Amino acid sequence: MEKFTTLTGIAAPLAMENVDTDMIIPKQFLKTIKRTGLGAGLFYEHRFDEQGEEIADFVLNRALYNGAKILVTGGNFGCGSSREHAPWALLDFGIRCIIAPSFADIFHNNCFKNGILPVTLPREDVDRLMEGAERGANTTLTVDLEAQTITGASSDGGDGGSISFHIDPFNKQCLLEGHDDIALTLKREDKIAGFEAGQKQDQPWQWTGQTQEGGT
Amino acid sequence: MSEFCTLFDKIWTSHVVDRSKGGTCLLYIDRHLVHEVTSPQAFEGLRDAGRTVRRADAALAVPDHNVPTTDRAEGIDDPESRLQVDTLMRNCEEFGIRCFTMGDLRQGIVHIIGPEQGFTLPGMTIVCGDSHTSTHGAFGALAFGIGTSEVEHVLATQTLFQTPAKNMRITVDGELGPGVTAKDVILAIIGKIGTAGGTGHVIEYAGSAIAGMSMEERMTVCNMSIEAGARAGLIAPDKTTFDYLSGRPLAPKGAVWEQAVAHWRTLPSDEGAHYHCEENLDAAGIAPQVSWGTSPEQVAPITGTVPDPAAQSNPAHREAVERALDYMGLAPGARLTEVAIDHVFIGSCTNGRIEDLRAAAALAEGRKVAATITAMVVPGSGLVKEQAEEEGLDRVFLEAGFQWHEPGCSMCLAMNADKLEPKERCASTSNRNFEGRQGRGGRTHLMSPQMAVAAAVSGHLCDVREMA
Ligand code: SF4
Repeated sequence: MEKFTTLTGIAAPLAMENVDTDMIIPKQFLKTIKRTGLGAGLFYEHRFDEQGEEIADFVLNRALYNGAKILVTGGNFGCGSSREHAPWALLDFGIRCIIAPSFADIFHNNCFKNGILPVTLPREDVDRLMEGAERGANTTLTVDLEAQTITGASSDGGDGGSISFHIDPFNKQCLLEGHDDIALTLKREDKIAGFEAGQKQDQPWQWTGQTQEGGT
Repeated sequence: MSEFCTLFDKIWTSHVVDRSKGGTCLLYIDRHLVHEVTSPQAFEGLRDAGRTVRRADAALAVPDHNVPTTDRAEGIDDPESRLQVDTLMRNCEEFGIRCFTMGDLRQGIVHIIGPEQGFTLPGMTIVCGDSHTSTHGAFGALAFGIGTSEVEHVLATQTLFQTPAKNMRITVDGELGPGVTAKDVILAIIGKIGTAGGTGHVIEYAGSAIAGMSMEERMTVCNMSIEAGARAGLIAPDKTTFDYLSGRPLAPKGAVWEQAVAHWRTLPSDEGAHYHCEENLDAAGIAPQVSWGTSPEQVAPITGTVPDPAAQSNPAHREAVERALDYMGLAPGARLTEVAIDHVFIGSCTNGRIEDLRAAAALAEGRKVAATITAMVVPGSGLVKEQAEEEGLDRVFLEAGFQWHEPGCSMCLAMNADKLEPKERCASTSNRNFEGRQGRGGRTHLMSPQMAVAAAVSGHLCDVREMA
């Protein structure tokens, strides 16, 4: 996984509540057996009409936002299915940071596994960033994960100000170091084996029921 | 933690392998369900890193999302769907994981087959790369959906990094009225707390109405916990649970069974346990529900009307209602019972079990699907289908004009050939009414199987209580 330290880029405003994962990446793109190339399907039914023509006024189709690295959006972002194709599509499109008043749990987890930083901020702060992004001024933001701040570098010369955010220390560490979670866990092999030995003793049905059928 | 524990607390603490700073825990995972859509990249990751599956015996795989529900003998037409299903079978073979393939009688929707086989047991941690894993919470198991990276993590290590959830309790007391089902209960709950109402929480459903439900009804309730934003749903295991599980192929037997039941009896939340959040509903006050919008919280009693955006004081809500009505092609103030439909879909992991089919067939018997409507019944598994056919339910459906299909997810998400055309309107027993969920431009109204039959017969949304 690619590390996340600081990110400077255009922020695109997607002023919508409850953006679900079906919307982020529709089902027809879930048939792939790869992680890559999903950017083409990102927000597909909002970016393209039924004939496959670009819908010019959708935010990510507008020239200003087409290279966006940050998405500013509404509450409960990423609700719905567990499909990791949603963060894969965002990442493939170039989005590395999403700022919203709240996120759905599974999507939130999936972001961290892919080097995407989801930032939860109070609604007033999101509104302010949204407004800035919509104006087209102050659209370049710098997200500093170590310092836990978002700074707006205003293109109209004004002071974008700085907002701090909270993040779970474990998730922060993982992003900063670009950890391979599995390698990290495999180092605790003795603890896992110890747990299993205890469970076999205390809860044998967890271990026997499975094999009684003879394993087809 | 206080000395009194919730069901969630008990399962959580008994599965912690290790703790990291900030409260994140390495949690042991007892059971892992796998399907074709969210697993290929996980197996590929294992192979790329030269890793193995830690406990193939703790996993069970099945293709369900992409499988055709007609003409199975001809295989899968769509080359991409076929590749995905073949890939699952190849991966399972390579890593030694049991897989119920398309020709197996036990094949079906992943959340139907787990309980059916007794793979799902109380007190366990159960995961699947699928958000509706919450279904298994009906057994008093901590069951939640995960992404593909986490699927890979579980395959390699049998553990996951997780932050503890908060406890929420929703108590439903009293008796449900005639024609009112578990689906109506969960839709009413989501209507009340909203699709983000459970975020960060595990919801424990309690109260006499829940205790009185069968396992199948409890699964319907827990299934849609994710639509309420919760990480998982839970119901305390009791005699109903044990009776359902006893004798299932993968459930423990003999003395080990007795030992298991004794343990499971200790799982229910202690009196005085702390919940971060509580909600109460009166079962008698719940009417049959139907969704009118594009989010499961946009739901109303069938006796109601389509809401008027102008009446919404909050501008964000107003915009959301406007957008939903525009997509759904509904006029503000219209009576819900006047909304004409084109399709009926009975099935999915929410309502594709035998009791759902029995209830639907009981209502369909001697009636006819309206001429304007295409109606389909898709059993949740091969075993459900077999059972239904033994009981003659297939004939009842066919005589009434319903199509009778092979098991799978089907039109719940329309990844196979079963889908809506733009602007077609469907009365559906599934769990999501998102834009495009059942086909691009398709319009979904969520409801119970009984309500779906009522809609099929009358040609429009209809109060099932008027069909008696
Ligand atoms: S039936 Fe629908 S909700 Fe359930 S697993 Fe299949 S696609 Fe998902």
